Amino acid sequence: MEFYRSAVGKKWVMAVTGIALLGFVLAHMIGNLKVYLGEGQLDSYAHFLRELLYPLLPKTVTLWLMRTGLVIAFLLHIHAAASLTLLNRRANTAYQGPRDLAVASYASRTMRWSGVIVAVFLLWHLADLTWGVTPMAPEGWTAGAVEANLAASLSRGGVAVLYIVANLLLGIHIYHGAWSLFQSLGLAHPSYNRWRRRFAQAFSAVIVIGNVSIPIAVWTGWVG
Amino acid sequence: MNITLRAWRQAGPSDEGGFETYQVSDVSSDMSFLEMLDVLNERLTVEGLEPIAFDSDCREGICGACGVMINGRAHGPQAATATCQLHMRSFRDGDTITVEPWRATAFQVIRDLVVDRSAFDRIIEAGGFITVATGSAPEANLTPVPKETAETAFDAAACIGCGACVAACPNSAAQLFTAAKASHLNLLPQGGAERYARTERMVDTMERFFGSCTNHGECEAACPKQISIDFIAMMNRDYVKAKLTNRGSA
Repeated sequence: MEFYRSAVGKKWVMAVTGIALLGFVLAHMIGNLKVYLGEGQLDSYAHFLRELLYPLLPKTVTLWLMRTGLVIAFLLHIHAAASLTLLNRRANTAYQGPRDLAVASYASRTMRWSGVIVAVFLLWHLADLTWGVTPMAPEGWTAGAVEANLAASLSRGGVAVLYIVANLLLGIHIYHGAWSLFQSLGLAHPSYNRWRRRFAQAFSAVIVIGNVSIPIAVWTGWVG
Repeated sequence: MNITLRAWRQAGPSDEGGFETYQVSDVSSDMSFLEMLDVLNERLTVEGLEPIAFDSDCREGICGACGVMINGRAHGPQAATATCQLHMRSFRDGDTITVEPWRATAFQVIRDLVVDRSAFDRIIEAGGFITVATGSAPEANLTPVPKETAETAFDAAACIGCGACVAACPNSAAQLFTAAKASHLNLLPQGGAERYARTERMVDTMERFFGSCTNHGECEAACPKQISIDFIAMMNRDYVKAKLTNRGSA
């Protein structure tokens, strides 16, 4: 706890929870790509998630354990980000003249914005496809009919655009986060430093391409 | 060269301050930026006006006293250069140059371009030293230091404490300064004994004054000694180890 009170400790927690969230985002994308494997594949994948480790554990227990872990990771990530932002606001005094940043990337400068927008989108996305809450969810939303719900939701033009924009922002967030986490955890060495940036580039590219392909596929009639 | 200089003027810490515009003519391109300010100040003095206050000492890039924000860049446009080593040939005839003091809540403006950097002293007091019994020097060859380690420690020791890292950081974080000052001791046998206690105390003190690192990398780009943010990673790792393993920890 005393470790978390420090800013360096909070950044360490942001990196560790960031890794957990990256793992989720990757697994979520791979699972969603089952939509390309043919009719019924996505539904049976959703069914498989509910029965994970059954009969070792009762149905949906593993899923709920993972969900709990994710919620904790999200809350810690957001709490650390918010309190560090407040610390930085107090520490910083604005320049009155022009400011010419040398190397800070668009991604690194917009982490707070991309993070907040992705978090709001996430709630929208849950209401749309997990909870089936109107007006986010499409008409005729049915629990368990994952593929039909997905196709119905994304065939709405505005919603498809929203998913594409949100995933681009997620990619921008990951582009800085997946590099930054190495620094926060203290993983730096001349022998592998250049791979940290490449890892972040590749990771964000894979996530954006995989996720954005789905609304486009629904739109063009490939899927659904 | 003829230069239009927009300089920050502030009579004291509680004064609001603002930009004043000066025409500086017949500037030689071989002058350093500080010499250009000297020429302007001489003229202001002759005219009975208050000269622009700025810090400087060695004027050869090793003391860390000088340092101002020039056109939005700490120490100006040239990489690996302190303000005193920046020459007017980096600018063009007729340019307008904006010069402003370092900005951070911990760096209060004392007057014009001079800021109070004593928060750095607090960080050094917390651990930027080694505790050794003085007396006759031990036999040097009894303490082997690998060349690579010595080189890395020296890279960190190149820090002149100018404050450009804080000035350039959008979060006003002092990670690069603190990491450099901790690492040049931590890496060597004499300083290594107190590695974790030192890192813990220096980081905790740093956080009383400065912001938190978001890994923009602006500090490394602004550093006149080109100190790498690898040292920040090293400090972060040591801090975690200190908190989890250091038995002398508070």
